[in-house]
Amino acid sequence: MSTVTKLPSVDVLLVGFGWTAAMLGQELTETGLKVLALERGAWRDTSTDFAVTFAQDELRYYWRGALYEQPSQSTLTFRNNPNQTALPMRHLGSFLPATGVGGAGIHWNGQCWRFLPSDFVARSHNEQRYGRLAAEYSVQDWDISYEELEPYYDKFEYLCGISGQAGNLQGRIQKGGNPFEGTRQREYPNPPLDMTYGPELFRGAAERLGLHPFACPAANMSRAYVNPLGVELAPCTYCGFCEKYGCGNYSKSSPQTTILPVLMRKSNFELRTHANVMKVLKDSTGKRATGVLYVDAQGREWEQPADLVILCAYAQHNVHLLLLSDIGKPYDPVSGKGVIGKNYAYQIVSSVDVFFKDKILNPFVGAGALGVAIDDFNGDNFDHKGLNFIGGGYIALWNTNGRPIETHLVPEGTPKWGAKWKRAVIDNYLSSCSISTHGGVLAHRENYLDLDPTYTDVYGRPMLRMTFDFHDNERRLSNYLTDRAAEIGRAMQPREIKINGRDGAYSIIPYQTTHNTGGAIMGNHPENSAVNRYLQSWDVSNLFVMGACAFPQNAGYNPTGTVAALTYHAADVIKNRYLKRPGPLA
Amino acid sequence: MMSTKKSGNHNFNRREFLGAMVVTSSATGIASAVQAFDKKEMWQPDRADVVTPVRGDKYIFFTDDEAALMEKLVDCIIPPDELGPGAHQMGVTFFLDRQLAGDYGHAYSWYMQGPWPEGLPSQGYQTRLTPAMLYRSAIAAIDKYCVNTYKNKFSTLSISEQNDVVSALENQQVDLDGVPRKTFFDRLLQNVTEGYFSDPIYGGNRNMTAWKMIGFPGARYNYRAYVTKHGEKISLAPVGIMGGPSWKAKA
Repeated sequence: MSTVTKLPSVDVLLVGFGWTAAMLGQELTETGLKVLALERGAWRDTSTDFAVTFAQDELRYYWRGALYEQPSQSTLTFRNNPNQTALPMRHLGSFLPATGVGGAGIHWNGQCWRFLPSDFVARSHNEQRYGRLAAEYSVQDWDISYEELEPYYDKFEYLCGISGQAGNLQGRIQKGGNPFEGTRQREYPNPPLDMTYGPELFRGAAERLGLHPFACPAANMSRAYVNPLGVELAPCTYCGFCEKYGCGNYSKSSPQTTILPVLMRKSNFELRTHANVMKVLKDSTGKRATGVLYVDAQGREWEQPADLVILCAYAQHNVHLLLLSDIGKPYDPVSGKGVIGKNYAYQIVSSVDVFFKDKILNPFVGAGALGVAIDDFNGDNFDHKGLNFIGGGYIALWNTNGRPIETHLVPEGTPKWGAKWKRAVIDNYLSSCSISTHGGVLAHRENYLDLDPTYTDVYGRPMLRMTFDFHDNERRLSNYLTDRAAEIGRAMQPREIKINGRDGAYSIIPYQTTHNTGGAIMGNHPENSAVNRYLQSWDVSNLFVMGACAFPQNAGYNPTGTVAALTYHAADVIKNRYLKRPGPLA
Repeated sequence: MMSTKKSGNHNFNRREFLGAMVVTSSATGIASAVQAFDKKEMWQPDRADVVTPVRGDKYIFFTDDEAALMEKLVDCIIPPDELGPGAHQMGVTFFLDRQLAGDYGHAYSWYMQGPWPEGLPSQGYQTRLTPAMLYRSAIAAIDKYCVNTYKNKFSTLSISEQNDVVSALENQQVDLDGVPRKTFFDRLLQNVTEGYFSDPIYGGNRNMTAWKMIGFPGARYNYRAYVTKHGEKISLAPVGIMGGPSWKAKA
């Protein structure tokens, strides 16, 4: 048996060191408390790790996953439904969680959205308008409103220097912005990015169809920016190596480019890398966290006591830690009772490729959040009567990249290899683009996370088991969005389009999105949720759980903006209420 | 832990030496030969080092017989024609050799513990064969199929016959001796595409010719001047991580 060394206690312990931990570290050190972050991966920084002299390497970063978590160290098992046997995800595919300082905040696109006001009341709003949901959909209200989160969305957008254009400024609809968005108190900190040709063609087509196109909100800088912490970001160079890569140019917001230059200098903040947390430790009552057990690079075990423990790892890793730590009642899909692992959700995506005869689009001039979108078919922005589904998603023409291993669109009917394939790739590379649909996923009774009965990780712990498939609501929703995208594609007046609809079972292999949500959801009662509206565990009041695992179901947007808003909201209440009088907040 | 794999630097002479060992020993024991090979990647996990360029012209993973098959097989996937070189001339066989010899071939970052029941298509890669062993086993099975069907090995068939074999592979009609047929063919297409279009530092895409063929300017980091030049062709010679021909120092 190895021995566990007990370390001196700290005030606040952050598990993981990506976006949410960096934000909390910055906020909570302001109170003077001693804050410690434990990160399982390595230290990473812009000048040394993503330098422009070698960052534009498609094979190394995407296809060999140099910035992502390694399944040999950490993975999960997967099946489509409870009647199947889950098997390990042996290499990454469908989603790309990170390891290392900055987390997936390093390799995200920078697509920084707010959810719609109606998304936060998904059950009550939709049932009031369309009648009762089928019993299989375990959709819940969030117990927090858009209006409550608005200042925190704003705070994150100014931290990051988001490039965009308001659509609803203090209730007044703004031309060129997203008219469907919730009311915002002020304009984005930076104007939209300059737009390339493909998104402009999409904008024109959408306008001709009577839709409402707007420049997507981007964490890629449209100009030089100094954020409220005094950290400087540089104008984006449109190099087309954003998502799945680190930015070498200080042009994409990440913990490293917005917070860490300030936080790392603070004397009351400490970061330990290669510190992999095994479980949260509790006292004999089981109601109080005493700290965590972690393993270092040499395999030594350490007990790190803390007064306040905050889980800031990636969504499903937080859920895994809760299950391994025996905190909260695990969810049971048969009875529908229990909360840990409940309501795992994801994103449903499809695309329409657009091929022009004589237009040069230069796809390689791009940025991770460079694009034009419409929100006419997102959330409850349109009447669903007779459609037999609720929710929706945005439809966008992103111009993220022309990296040729990943991006070489070929028309319908092209063989997968040989001379015809080669000619099709060469003929279409410069003159094609793709419209994406990005649908929300409702919570479903049989989509959940628990511990696998067979497979273990390198530490001997049971792996997390993911049970997930798309259900009727998502399939109808995605078909509807795909049809709308095809209409826009045709209105772009191309030579031809190719429709890539979403059929068959959800697969763990092709990349879709790193938008995994649920499993430690927020809600208004311990019977229906793992955490309260402040992301505080109902069971252990000195434990908070950040991340998209708090989403009761997933909306039709990328999650980072909402993850950040929930985090800043929680930080505020921890600073202003919890620390003054520790205990249950709701 | 990740950091446990930090030992040693790349030493090309050592790689060549070990590669020679693989070739020698593969006649007697394939699996052990693969396991014995130096598994270093061209970069180190957790270290922001630049990539070590692939050099040399000898295969260190493929045996002579395997290389003969692969050189023809990759040219079926991306053939030479009036548009430009085929995959082999572009260095794709060489790229595959180095990829299969390294961390990728050995599934270093993958979870490769049992049990190994047959999975559903939605569950992805579910064979205990690493990519290196997948290729090695499939190559042997393809040649066996060709000898049975055409009385000749793959490399000596006509191009038309070779294309028929690739079609049979695509349609999962070739018995690959326990290698999951779709898993192998999907991976072959993916890896050949990688070799054709990746940075030349990995041994494929020689002279950045594949990038020139499609009009991709390569590992550039600033297109600000071109963003709003809608519909205009951007005539920039491609640049790789090692630079471009246009700015090599004069001898």
